[in-house]
Amino acid sequence: MSTSSSTYSAPLSSITAGGFIKLIGLLLIALGILGMMVAAFGGEAASPVSTGLTGIAAVTAGGLMYIWQVRRQKSVAEQNNGAWQNDMTTRGASAWVTGVVLTGFYILLYWFPTTLHGLVLAVEPLSQWLRNRPADHWFLYGTFYTLAILVMGVHALLKYRNSNYHIIRTISVMFFQLGFAFLLPALLLALNQPEFYFSYFWPLKYDYLFPGTVSYLIDNGAALGVFMVFWGAVLSFIATPILTYYFGKRWYCSWVCGCGGLAETAGDPYRHLSDKSKKAWQWEVAIIYPILGFIIITTLVLWINSWSEGRLLGNLSSGFSSTYGFFIGAMFSGVVGVGFYPIMGNRVWCRFGCPMAAYLGLLQKHFSRFRITTNGGQCISCGNCSTYCEMGIDVRHYAQQGEPIIRASCVGCGICAHVCPRGVLKLENGPRENRFAATPLIKRSDVGILN
Amino acid sequence: MQASLHLVIIGNGIAGVTLAQHVREKSDCRITLVSSESATHLSRPALMYVYMGHMRYKDILPYPDWYWTKHNLTQLHDLVTEVNFEKRQLILQNHDPLSYDVLVLATGSCPAFYNWPGQDLEGVQGLVTLQDLQSMEGNTKGIKEAVVVGGGLIGIEMAEMLRSRGIGVTMLVRDQLYWQNTLPQQEAKLISKYIKEHGIELLFQEELASINPDAQDRVASITTKSGKLLPCQFVGIATGVKPSINFLRNSALETDKGILVNEYFETNLPNVYAIGDCSQFQKPAPLAPAVEQLWYTARKHGEALAQTLTSERTVYNRGPWFNSAKFLDVEYQTYGYVPASWNEEYESLYWEHTSGHKAIRFLYEQKSGLLAGINLLGIRYRHDLCHHWLQQHYTIHNVMQELPAVNFDPEFFQRYEQELYRQYAQKFPEQATPARKSNWWDLRNRFSLFSTSESC
Repeated sequence: MSTSSSTYSAPLSSITAGGFIKLIGLLLIALGILGMMVAAFGGEAASPVSTGLTGIAAVTAGGLMYIWQVRRQKSVAEQNNGAWQNDMTTRGASAWVTGVVLTGFYILLYWFPTTLHGLVLAVEPLSQWLRNRPADHWFLYGTFYTLAILVMGVHALLKYRNSNYHIIRTISVMFFQLGFAFLLPALLLALNQPEFYFSYFWPLKYDYLFPGTVSYLIDNGAALGVFMVFWGAVLSFIATPILTYYFGKRWYCSWVCGCGGLAETAGDPYRHLSDKSKKAWQWEVAIIYPILGFIIITTLVLWINSWSEGRLLGNLSSGFSSTYGFFIGAMFSGVVGVGFYPIMGNRVWCRFGCPMAAYLGLLQKHFSRFRITTNGGQCISCGNCSTYCEMGIDVRHYAQQGEPIIRASCVGCGICAHVCPRGVLKLENGPRENRFAATPLIKRSDVGILN
Repeated sequence: MQASLHLVIIGNGIAGVTLAQHVREKSDCRITLVSSESATHLSRPALMYVYMGHMRYKDILPYPDWYWTKHNLTQLHDLVTEVNFEKRQLILQNHDPLSYDVLVLATGSCPAFYNWPGQDLEGVQGLVTLQDLQSMEGNTKGIKEAVVVGGGLIGIEMAEMLRSRGIGVTMLVRDQLYWQNTLPQQEAKLISKYIKEHGIELLFQEELASINPDAQDRVASITTKSGKLLPCQFVGIATGVKPSINFLRNSALETDKGILVNEYFETNLPNVYAIGDCSQFQKPAPLAPAVEQLWYTARKHGEALAQTLTSERTVYNRGPWFNSAKFLDVEYQTYGYVPASWNEEYESLYWEHTSGHKAIRFLYEQKSGLLAGINLLGIRYRHDLCHHWLQQHYTIHNVMQELPAVNFDPEFFQRYEQELYRQYAQKFPEQATPARKSNWWDLRNRFSLFSTSESC
């Protein structure tokens, strides 16, 4: 939370009402963390619920108080003051500590979940209440994840409170995480239905269209299961191209997706850390499309195998799941994707690893009405757009030549347009005719970044 | 330009770099950019964001290192101490003399100081160059109070920078309102109020009399012409800029405020040109200043001279004026001609949002209705369309027909066309309210407001 305090103002220097609220907020955070640590490592010396669950509640409440006060004191003109001067947001000591703690948590979660037993017990009442069944480490993770999006969502709402686009977009990711990725799956379990995430689709949830999952859903979910399979297929193959045609990739990546939701909220203070170099772009292209290709081929092969009743490949499905799940699902999306937020920026997974982003990106680049328009010859080449692009796009390269920005990787978060000190950029959907055409008000010279 | 020739450009700002890029597109000649300020081109308007921590120095460099190598543009980081026009040679501080065939002077501006007592004290500075940014970093370390002299664009930039570090700022403004020599009364009032709301003290109708030292010869306070004594540890001088041409003063080159040029940027000497802030038009175009000191005009100078150097001698035509700025969080755009005040030949349509943070002004000729210019605060308009309106001599009535297409604000932002139409209907009750909802994409196609030409 220290990311929101400026280097130059001592947060607790004067005992004003605001300072008092911040102080109480910090106290609650500290006590909450203490409580959670007792729950995690205290060997059940105290009740995990009274320490852990209360601790989680205290961190949430304290975080909200602190954020509310700090952001409200800051004028909207100060949104990015000190971003490159604060220890926490410039890969300083506190950033490394945060990164290691986050990464460590993912390692425990994926490979040593029993170590989280105390914390799992702490959220037991919540799990019983929501899902009518015992908590497990994935429920604990879902709870943390959702709280991170909600609390830091409030931070983003206050930080970007002068932009309706960001207010609506932030509310959207908070809504989809809480409703579609947390409460609805819990409700399904409470009703003894298959757990299903209506906001994740193939190829991100690659196994949703694997024969194994499909038959499981149809067998266990009856009519609802059939609907889930139908929903997944329609969203992947019909809704995705149509929505991306009209709105670009953003309808999903920065409005609906949970990974994007976390990046846009908890990850927002780290967006400037993304690598803007040509090298990074080459890596991006070299990794993300092969991952998409791998999933497409695997899905096809699995179906052929299934139709041929296993004669072709035998029991390949489980082998695939464990291998891909380990390297891509766990290593990439969790450990590197979120754990390295404070070091590599907030969209590492979305940029280098996500097959859904690759699929949406191809559609956005070639079959979409979306673009970011550059306003005539008004760019002053300052570099704020490129600096704050979480996807590492060198936005300025296009803007200073008066060209629209149409890039496969752009998630349409709209921050480039927001940080531009001359209001030069606008996200918009328009006719595909002359979509790549530039302004006539500036003479351009080609630089050719990637060839 | 023949490939055997050597084009030397003094200055690597936007004017010099634009020129180099566009000459390179058409010619294989040798091109060298000499600058004492920085090893490579930087975005001058972005210097403030480095101080405020939005970006690092390397983030304000518009082109990566490989760009210059790829296009064979040589950058020489050195100070030109003297130009020998007869021998066609530059005398450099740290390198051997450099010969040129064609010389372009794009040396930019430096802060204008007006011989105030104490102006050389430590802690007194302007803000134009990278060196200014570096000294501001040192000069403001740990201080509490600062005074900024001058109510213009650099003044508000310095004030915003200082505020970002919790330093108290007082601005001395000569006029009755902030930037009143450029902004009409209502816009100047709006911005003045906004600046004050953000904790910056504005002292109107005050000028600097003297800067007073402490025992270590650092600035301790300033005295205003009315006799006010303001304690401060930093004085930002933002009373305008002047062409940076001191090293050329006693040469064969004709200069006045700047280097005198004609409409082709030709100086009095053969094969010597001057562009950007350092040049001064002998015969400026009507309504245009003799010295143009903007990022945008510097870029246009570079584009125009490149045309002359690589194909045919081309008259510089600035086209409809435009500029933009940002006052803390209020963006400002201006298109065409909107002076600080006007006579009865002009009329204006002015709308201001109740929040006091947004305003739109259309200035037009009273008799003909011909659009003169547009001022915008906190609202974005499309440059391409505004340019088209001005170039095609739209009347205010024509403009109203296309008004909905011009807005460039982000999606989901409130729109204010209806308020403008209401004002318009009051002024012109005989005119029918525009019926058709015009759409930017239709207009863009109809008027061909785009360029599909392959960049070369």
